[in-house]
Amino acid sequence: MKKILAFAFLAVLFVLPGQALAKDVVKLGFNIPLTGDIPKVGEASKYAAEIVMEEVNKAGGLEIGGKKYMLECVFQDNESKPESAVAAQLKLITQDEVLGIVGPQSSKQAVPAGEVANENQTPMISPWSTNPATTKDRPFVFRAAFLDPFQAPVAANFAAKTFKAKTSAVIFDLANDYSKGLAEDFKAYFEKKFGAGSVKAFESHGSQDQDFSGQLTKIIAAKPDFIFVPDNYNQVALIVKQARDLGYKGPFMGADAWGSAELMPLCGDVCKGQYFSTHYTAKGAKGKTKEFIDKYKAKYGYEADDVAALTYDSIYVMLAGLKNAGKLTGNIEKDRKALKEGMRAIKQFDGITGKMKYGVSEDNTPEKCAVVVKISDAGEFEFTESVCP
Amino acid sequence: MFDTLLQNILNALQWGSFYALIALGYCLVYGVLLLINFAHGDIFMVGAYIAFFVSTFLLGQYLDIPGLPSWLVLALTVPATMLLTSGVGVFLERVAYRPLRRKGVNRLYVVITALMCGLILENGNLALLGASRKSFPELLDKAIWTFGSVSVTNLKILVIVSAFGVFWLLNTIVTKTKIGMAMRALSWDRFAVPLMGIPPDTVIVFTFILGSSMAALAGILFAMSYPVLDPYMGASIGWKAFIAAVVGGIGDIRGAFVGGFILGFVEIMVVAFFPSSYRDLFAFTILLIIMTWKPTGLFGVAKTTKI
Repeated sequence: MKKILAFAFLAVLFVLPGQALAKDVVKLGFNIPLTGDIPKVGEASKYAAEIVMEEVNKAGGLEIGGKKYMLECVFQDNESKPESAVAAQLKLITQDEVLGIVGPQSSKQAVPAGEVANENQTPMISPWSTNPATTKDRPFVFRAAFLDPFQAPVAANFAAKTFKAKTSAVIFDLANDYSKGLAEDFKAYFEKKFGAGSVKAFESHGSQDQDFSGQLTKIIAAKPDFIFVPDNYNQVALIVKQARDLGYKGPFMGADAWGSAELMPLCGDVCKGQYFSTHYTAKGAKGKTKEFIDKYKAKYGYEADDVAALTYDSIYVMLAGLKNAGKLTGNIEKDRKALKEGMRAIKQFDGITGKMKYGVSEDNTPEKCAVVVKISDAGEFEFTESVCP
Repeated sequence: MFDTLLQNILNALQWGSFYALIALGYCLVYGVLLLINFAHGDIFMVGAYIAFFVSTFLLGQYLDIPGLPSWLVLALTVPATMLLTSGVGVFLERVAYRPLRRKGVNRLYVVITALMCGLILENGNLALLGASRKSFPELLDKAIWTFGSVSVTNLKILVIVSAFGVFWLLNTIVTKTKIGMAMRALSWDRFAVPLMGIPPDTVIVFTFILGSSMAALAGILFAMSYPVLDPYMGASIGWKAFIAAVVGGIGDIRGAFVGGFILGFVEIMVVAFFPSSYRDLFAFTILLIIMTWKPTGLFGVAKTTKI
C-alpha cells in the first residue's frame, strides 16, 4: 500500500507541471539587465517583449499544431553581471519552467548563461551578443546578431576608407567579453591589412572606471589616424569627452554598443559627427521596421534602439521555431527539444533588422548585413552605408 | 616623451585629488571615533547626486522659473550641496552610529553598520531614481589650454587647486582652532575629554559635517569632470580612497592627503609605462609593498588597537 501511495505521489509530482503547462500558455523567459551598468538595454528588451506579447495575444494567440496558445513573458533581472545572469538563467529554467529564453543581451552575460542553457537543454536566443563564444558548439543557443569577427572588418574598412586611415588605436573594457573580443578581432584584422604595428596603441580599462586619462594620453602620444572604441555607451561618453580635453582632434569609430537611446543624453555635442557600426537604424526605415518603430514610439515616447529591434526579431525567431515544432506535448523537456529542432529548421527569417540566413554557419548564427551609422548634428543616428558579408 | 610625462603628472594630480578629498573624510572620522566609516564612498555619491539636483533646479529645468547663469549656479551649488550632504552624514551618525555608541558595543559592529548604511544609500538611490544614469550639466565654460602636446582644462586646474585649498583649510582647522583641538583631544582619550567639559557629541557631529562636506565637494568636482552619474559610482572609488588613506597612515590628515595622491600617481603611471591591463595588479602590488614596509602607513603612528 505504501509503495503504491509513494508511486502515486511521484506520479502526481511528474504530471502536475505538465498540467500546469496545459493551460494553453507558452512561457518565454527573459534574462535582461533591468538594473546595473546598462539599464536602458534592459528597458528596451522589456518594451520590445511587451509589444510582441500584445501583437500575439491580440490576434488570439499563437497557433501551434492547430491549437492556440497565449504568450506569457517572465522577466528576470541579471544586473548586467555574469554571475547574476547565470543565477537568473537557472531560475528561469528550473523555477519558472519557461520553454525558451531570450537574452542575455551583452556577451559578458550571454557567454556564461549560454553554457547554462545548453547544459540544461533549454533553447536560448541572445538578441544582441556578438561574441562567437556565446553560441559556439552549443546546439541549444542561438543569436539574432552578427559576430564580432564580421563587425571588426566592417569598422576597420569603413574607417580606412572614410578617414583615409593607415594607423589606429584601440581602447576597450578588459572585463567585458564583448569589448575585449571585438578589440582583439579589430587589431588582428587591421594589422593584417596595414602591417604589424599599425595599431599604435591597444589600451584597456576596467568596467567601473571613470578616468581614462592615462590610457588616452598614451594613445594620443602615439598619434593614430582614428581611435576605435568598442565600449558601452556610458563609457563612450566619458572616453570621447576626456580625449577631446586632452587635445585629441581626430575621429572615433564605434561599434554596436554605442547604439543606445541613452548615448546622446550622456555624451552630448562631442559625440556628434562620429561613426559606429550597428545592426539597424531607425531613421529612414520602411515597412515592418517602420511599423515597429512607430508603435514603440507611440507607446514609450522614444525611438527604438537596436536592442529593442533585435529583441523583437529574436522573439519572433523563437515563435517561428515553436510553429515548426508542430505540437506541444506538455512535457517541458520534450517541448524544449522540439523547440530547438524547430529553430534549427529555420532557413531564412525576414526580421525588422534585415534578412537573417540561418544554417550557413554551424553555430546557430545568422548571416546578415551591418550598417554604419553617423551621429548627425541633430544627435540622430543617420544611415551611412550597409555592409554585407 | 617629456610632454607625455608632464601630461601624465597633470592627469595624476587630478585623479589623485579625488582620492585625497575622499580619503580626508575617512581619515577625519577615523581619527576622532576610530570608526572606519565605510558609508563614506556612498556619501560622496549622494553628494554628486545632490549637486545634480541642485544645479539642474537652479538652471530652471524643473519648474517654470528663469534659469540662472551657469557661473552663479556653480557658486550656489557648491555651498548648498556641502550643506545638504553634511545633513546626510550627520543623519547617518545620529540614527546609525550614535545609538550603537551609546550602548557601548564593540567598534566592529559599528563598522558593519557603516557598510550596511553604504548599501542602503546605493540601493535607496537605485530604487528611488531608477538605474538609468544622469548626465551632469556643464557648469563651467570649458577652456582647453594647449602647450606643445600638453593639454590642460580649466576644470583640471580647479580640481587640483581645490584639493590643495581644502587640505590647507582642514589642516588649519585641526591644528589651529579650538574645535580642532577638541577633535585631537577626543582622538587621544575619549574617556577623559568629557570630564574636561568638552561635549563629545558636538565634536563628533562637527567631524561628520567636515567629512561629509569634503565628500560633497569631491562629488561636485567629480561630477563636473566625469559627467555620468550612477548609483554605484561611489563604491569602487570609495574603497580605493580608503586604501589610500591606510597607505598614507589613517588618522593623520597629511597621510590621507599624500596617500590619495600616491594612489593617483601609481595608477596613472602604471598605465603610462606598462600595458594598461596590468594597472590594478601593479598598482595594488606597489601599495602592498609600501604596507609591508610600513604597516602603519607613511605618516601613521603604531597604536595597539586597530581594526
